[in-house]
Amino acid sequence: MANRKVVVGPMTRVNGMWEIHVTLDGQNRVVEARSASPFWRGMELILQSRDPRDAPYLTERICGICSSAHGYAASLALEEAAGVEPPPNGILVRNVLLGADFLQNHIRHFYFLHMPAFVAGPEQPPFAPRFTTDLRIPRRVSETIYQGYFRAIDESRRAHELAALFSGKVPHGHGVVAGGATVHPDSEKILRALGMVSKLRSFIDEHYLPDVERIAEYYPDYFSIGGGTEGFFSFGAFPQAPHKKKTAIPGGVMLEGRREELDLSAIEEHVRFSYYDQESRQHPAKGTTEVALEKPGAYTFVKAPRYKGRALETGPIARMWFAGRYREEPSTLSRTVARALEARLIVDLIEEWLLAMDPSSPVFEPFEVPEEGRGVGILGAMRGALGHWVEISSRRIARYQIITPSAWNCSPSDDTGRPSPVEAALLGVQVQNPEEPVELGRIVRSFDPCLSCATHVIKGGRRLTSFQII
Amino acid sequence: MPLTRREFLRLCLQGTAGLSLANIFLPHLAQALGNEERPPVIWIEATTCTGDILSAINAVDHDLRHLLSSVIDLRYQQLLMGGEGSVAREVLEQAMDGRLGRFLLIVEGTIPLRAGGGFNVIARRPSGHGITPLEAVRELGQRASHVLAAGVCASFGGPFAANPNPTQSVPLHQVLDRRVINVPGCPVHPDWLWGTLTHCLLYGTPDLDSFSRPTLFFGQTVHDLCTRRQFFDNGIFASELGQPTCMYKLGCKGPVTFADCPRRQWNGHLSWPVEANTPCIGCTSPEFPDRMTPFYARLPGLELPGVRVSTATLTKLVAGATAAGIGLHLAGKVLTGRLGQTYRKERTPTEIQEIVRVKKILRALPPGCGTRIESRRQEDPRSVTLRHLRKVKARGRGQESRTPRKLEERPPEQGDRPARGERKV
Repeated sequence: MANRKVVVGPMTRVNGMWEIHVTLDGQNRVVEARSASPFWRGMELILQSRDPRDAPYLTERICGICSSAHGYAASLALEEAAGVEPPPNGILVRNVLLGADFLQNHIRHFYFLHMPAFVAGPEQPPFAPRFTTDLRIPRRVSETIYQGYFRAIDESRRAHELAALFSGKVPHGHGVVAGGATVHPDSEKILRALGMVSKLRSFIDEHYLPDVERIAEYYPDYFSIGGGTEGFFSFGAFPQAPHKKKTAIPGGVMLEGRREELDLSAIEEHVRFSYYDQESRQHPAKGTTEVALEKPGAYTFVKAPRYKGRALETGPIARMWFAGRYREEPSTLSRTVARALEARLIVDLIEEWLLAMDPSSPVFEPFEVPEEGRGVGILGAMRGALGHWVEISSRRIARYQIITPSAWNCSPSDDTGRPSPVEAALLGVQVQNPEEPVELGRIVRSFDPCLSCATHVIKGGRRLTSFQII
Repeated sequence: MPLTRREFLRLCLQGTAGLSLANIFLPHLAQALGNEERPPVIWIEATTCTGDILSAINAVDHDLRHLLSSVIDLRYQQLLMGGEGSVAREVLEQAMDGRLGRFLLIVEGTIPLRAGGGFNVIARRPSGHGITPLEAVRELGQRASHVLAAGVCASFGGPFAANPNPTQSVPLHQVLDRRVINVPGCPVHPDWLWGTLTHCLLYGTPDLDSFSRPTLFFGQTVHDLCTRRQFFDNGIFASELGQPTCMYKLGCKGPVTFADCPRRQWNGHLSWPVEANTPCIGCTSPEFPDRMTPFYARLPGLELPGVRVSTATLTKLVAGATAAGIGLHLAGKVLTGRLGQTYRKERTPTEIQEIVRVKKILRALPPGCGTRIESRRQEDPRSVTLRHLRKVKARGRGQESRTPRKLEERPPEQGDRPARGERKV
């Protein structure tokens, strides 16, 4: 039998627009996979020559589900450029706020985005119509899981409220700025936040973790489907006071089963299959690029970041690996389990930080825009390693570069044809029904892809020389 | 008995903590519509960050579960729908080619026009043809009973249409030849969106301002409703972020921003940006973000001196007040003696000195000199907010309390008229 091409487009239930193109052989096995994002906005271009202090609020707008992470990373980059160190109390406030947004993201990802591919929901829109292939969970258990879904509406909102307590509003909060945080923790806020945290903890214990287990019970084969990544890459998560380089959840690089120290200069971006007209396999330090929609062979707006030529996976599974809390082979369900365990860990961390807050000490260090400066803000975001690089000249943004976690995970193949983690995870997968390739969505959503982030711009001509400064 | 329109408006306007409008209107809505007749809703994500749907599902009592079971029949929503790939595309195509019948269209995100709209593809046909947001909203817009733009991107362009607008994106109303109800915000507040939608379902199109925003939620400035207004009136200004006083000098855009954030508050009526000791950044304005940035630049420096119209007598005194380096409004308070009686107790000696200095400058101004300077000051012709603000103020003076028109007076298909100021691309 001849090969057959299958497209899942739109790949719904992800942030942003995404398509998966696969080629199936005669036995309906995936022999070629492409992660394609047909969606481009140009945020880094928009940031150019603006007041640097606007960067945290503007970069938040890249992504609605992980806005605090972008604001945080932008603030870190600006603080490094200006040589400002936020007070320890401010770092605690920022971490609580980011942690709350993590919880919101992890809960919404599992219940709203990931779980419905495995479990049949109510027979009404928006839950139906849907693919009906390979739904194994009996009705009674499905109903239990959907009770979790409807509880998740309340609890993810509560996580957002916890973030809003220190941020004014979310998505796109105001609480993280260059120089620290803006909301002073007082006893009332701390008490209220502790109450919210305890409710979130019981939701995770009573619904989230058991529901992950329920799915794992009926789909154990998904612990061996969707692996294939070459290694892990992580910036850790939650910068710690007073040294920002230390993080509460450690980071690093895992190549061939060995852990290495992170070397930011080993990153290069490939564009052979991306809609950009520039020389490939280099730091985007040289050359200028324009978007080239008609470029032959290109299929996505995401570039392919590679570390020492390897396509590494980032995200909760990488963080949990470095933290030594969960060291399973990457697969569809092990990513999901790692994310749930991370949510549980973050609940405890938030509580710890709340109790460590000091209502009488400052949260903000006045921030002056430097005449010239360069800074990098690396941060563990919800989906993995996020980096913002800023260059300031004449008190304006001269260059801004962002590499998001989903660019690592959902990139296209690189110049050597090496597939990205998402594409590698799809190769060799047996598709039961090519009319309803339900397996593909299950696998790719386990990465918690965020195409809003991945395709913000990655404009060519952004220099990454500032990579080397740390 | 269903709520009367007047009662509904009152409930929406209250919007205070603990009293979510949905508590009251949901049962009536279910009764009025019947559970079987929930109107189909198509929600298109154009070029967006997905923040508007994520904010919309933060609704408190009219939460997602109630919305889905009692209010709307959400057929297409990229983030929440069960279908994917061909199944999802089929739902979209049904709506686009008329098989779904009438529905309500909500769009978030701006519409990219560069390369024929090719900078975003929301679904792919088996032929390989990608359906762009432009194509989808043009088709859907013809068939929808109401079109709502959710968030500032769909309403006015927003961050992704900011200079240099790399994707040549435009707001929704510029590509549709019909009325679009703009519900801006970055992101949209769930009460604003669902309140507007409910009004459309129960009573037809709500009263709109000249930017096609419902006056129900966008009828007053943030400044007029601000919980820290007393600090402004007393001239107590924050000098850096994180201070719990007036944010005016740190660039607060509240005086030129129409929204009810201070009264309604965000995320479970819990907080809002000024409560977080940061300035309002004007995210419901047509000029967001380009003319609202730098976010920390004080308003007069922006040539957006909306404050000057809020106290009519102040217009002549712009020069003096600016020279003194102190807000116009404060100058007005000093001049008219309306500064709070307690200001001396609350003041630092430097601030008292400054107030005295302003008083001296104001007294020394020869009559009419302010007017001359005023006429030389070039007002930015692009400042649509300013013009709008004038209009609203003028209307407010002419007519103290405008009673909402009755529902019966509305033509049934009013939704099909293009709103003022809209043009087709």
